[in-house]
Amino acid sequence: MDAQQRAAANRRLVWKLMGLVALAIAFAFALVPLYNVFCDLTGLNGKTESLPVEVQSTMKVDESRWVNVEFTSSVMPGLAWNFYPKESSMRVRPGEIMLALFEAKNMTNETVVGRAVPSVSPSQATFYFKKIECFCFQEQALKTGEVKEMPLRFYVSPDLPKDIGTITLSYAFYHVASATN
Amino acid sequence: MSTATATHHQDDHHAEHPTGIMRWLTTTNHKDIGTMYLTFSLIMFLLGGLLILAVRAELFQPGMQVMQPEFFNQLIGVHALIMIFAALMPAATGFANWMLPLQLGAPDMALPRLNNWGFWLLPPAAILLLAPFVLALLGIGDGAVATGWTFYAPLSVQGGIGTDFAIFSVHLLGISSVMGSINVLVTIFNMRAPGMTLMKMPIFAWGWMITAFLLIATIPVLAGGVTMLLTDRHFGTHFFDAAGGGDPILFQHLFWFFGHPEVYIVLLPVWGLIPHILTTFSRKPTYGYKAQVYSFWAIGILSVVVWAHHFFTVGLPTPALLYFMYSTMSISLPLAVLFFCWIATMWRGSMTFETPMLFTVGWIILFGIGGLTGLVLADVAADAQYHHSYFVVAHFHYTLFAGGIMGIMAGVYYWLPKMTGHMYNEKLGKLHFWLTTIAFNVTFIPQFFLGLAGMPRRIPDYALQFSEFNMISTVGAFVLGLSQLIFVYNVIRTVRGGEKATDKVWESSVGLEWTLPSPPPYHSFSEQPVIK
Ligand code: HEM
Ligand SMILES: [Cu+2]
Repeated sequence: MDAQQRAAANRRLVWKLMGLVALAIAFAFALVPLYNVFCDLTGLNGKTESLPVEVQSTMKVDESRWVNVEFTSSVMPGLAWNFYPKESSMRVRPGEIMLALFEAKNMTNETVVGRAVPSVSPSQATFYFKKIECFCFQEQALKTGEVKEMPLRFYVSPDLPKDIGTITLSYAFYHVASATN
Repeated sequence: MSTATATHHQDDHHAEHPTGIMRWLTTTNHKDIGTMYLTFSLIMFLLGGLLILAVRAELFQPGMQVMQPEFFNQLIGVHALIMIFAALMPAATGFANWMLPLQLGAPDMALPRLNNWGFWLLPPAAILLLAPFVLALLGIGDGAVATGWTFYAPLSVQGGIGTDFAIFSVHLLGISSVMGSINVLVTIFNMRAPGMTLMKMPIFAWGWMITAFLLIATIPVLAGGVTMLLTDRHFGTHFFDAAGGGDPILFQHLFWFFGHPEVYIVLLPVWGLIPHILTTFSRKPTYGYKAQVYSFWAIGILSVVVWAHHFFTVGLPTPALLYFMYSTMSISLPLAVLFFCWIATMWRGSMTFETPMLFTVGWIILFGIGGLTGLVLADVAADAQYHHSYFVVAHFHYTLFAGGIMGIMAGVYYWLPKMTGHMYNEKLGKLHFWLTTIAFNVTFIPQFFLGLAGMPRRIPDYALQFSEFNMISTVGAFVLGLSQLIFVYNVIRTVRGGEKATDKVWESSVGLEWTLPSPPPYHSFSEQPVIK
């Protein structure tokens, strides 16, 4: 091989390898939607649906067992609110529609908008925890010192695997925006 | 200036090569560039060591004595980034530059200009990493990146300008590695001497080929991940921000998709050079060449599908835990094949223990400990206890310091006479080996026990019952650090002069690099050798 042929061969190989690099970059960014789709399909990250579910009229309450539903709450840095569940746990029958109340209070002298992000554990229970109405579907605005009761209407699907006896629903409230009155 | 196709017509123009600083800035010669990589690596190794000695000084006693906790956090992260990206990886690239053309019978690397660029991105990257320390002294910003080398969100979304500097530094380091990898691959595929089939290639070239493929596949994912961090920090995106629908765990997936292969990226070049030293000083052919090549491939491929073992404890579902546990453990099978081949190469050989061989034998034992403790961590049930403890710190130092740095040092002693034309001082070399090995164990064995007893990593203070072991570890660390000065002295001395080295240097060295004079001429093989 003379020098020119070799230079041409080298250039061809460089372009092929650059193609590999481009593929790897595309893969990195594709991972973001892929990760979300994967989590939506499997529920592995405990994220529940962000839209209300409709109740099927055919759903039957499963009287044969109890499921313990626990609520926890946390307020993330940057949001000066008090936020807690009024009841820390409930015993429910799968299929039974329940109402849980949370309370939030704005401790600042500003109007503050926050958003609650739910997470269910164990993650296998994510799909069986159904929310009919939830304060987490929208952003919540609280005026200075305002106290607001926040309802969550839900049921646990009767299809919940038999080996899950306790479901923990945790809410983290995040700061979205503030405005001085 | 030489052109992209360095051919012999330049041989007669030696006088025209620029001299002084311009020689180094503009050089496209693989040996000059290799020397620059190795020198840079040595400087960064000492600097990274200095940073961590300050940390060990703080940990000498419980309570806070020497520094603020914020500064402690910065030292830890910058130490790791420097050691991995600016010491270990450039050392491996330095050897690739020096040795691949010599071993493959090529006149130079395939892409000499790119090669020059690849190197000169490194000093700015190191400066970016370290600059925030200096800026903080001037009252700008609050110091360097303080997230550890892993940049976990959401902490990294909140930090100061040090994090931005580190992100840009990682970009530069990444571009440099990818350029280096492309160069290595083109050299290996297109520049081999006639008759040298892939399966006749020196095993060092195989190790580097797989490292280069891994770099091309994973560095862009790291670069993508830290770019998302940057946009989360400054442009209102929510990749890792749960409030905006993102997920901090996603960052851990992106980081470790790169991070786990990275450990093999730094090790494969070492696994490549070790067999050369073993055959030379055992006076026997390499045992199981093919088995080693296939094991390299197996490990390279497996390494990209096991990443989540670094965060077993974030709450992965059981099937994922099982998958990542078993796939991780399965890496130890090809690794065991390699260990077997290394030992079998020495078996019944007429061995002698010059410094490179001492380092190699020590390396096999210490790296073995690193691998075995990795198996312990790969056990999901055990990892719940050991994760983020000093046990992990001890584990990855047996793999990265012993398995990485000490392997590189074996290579330095082995090839230094070839590169400089002078023999190093054998007595000092042996002293360096024994001090390093003993001090290394004194430093890190106590950390296994600290981890088992529950001492968490990356915390500047600790409970009183951990005092004695921390004290021992700090003493070991200072001895380890000081011993490296012997190495520096020995290397400088050898570069300057000393007993002349023969072409072959060692009694039974094999390979094309030993057919050239020591040091080799400026243009390595003007006539390509033919392999039968
Ligand atoms: C059979 C071999 C190996 C196995 C099974 C293994 C397994 C593991 C596991 C499970 C962890 C995570 C521990 C935790 O954070 O709880 C870990 C951490 C680590 N390993 Fe290994 N490992 C092996 C070899 C290596 C090698 C060869 C290297 C480097 C060259 C290495 C470098 C690291 C590093 C740097 C970390 C810590 C990363 C961090 O959290 O900052 N390991 N290893
Ligand atoms: Cu790993």
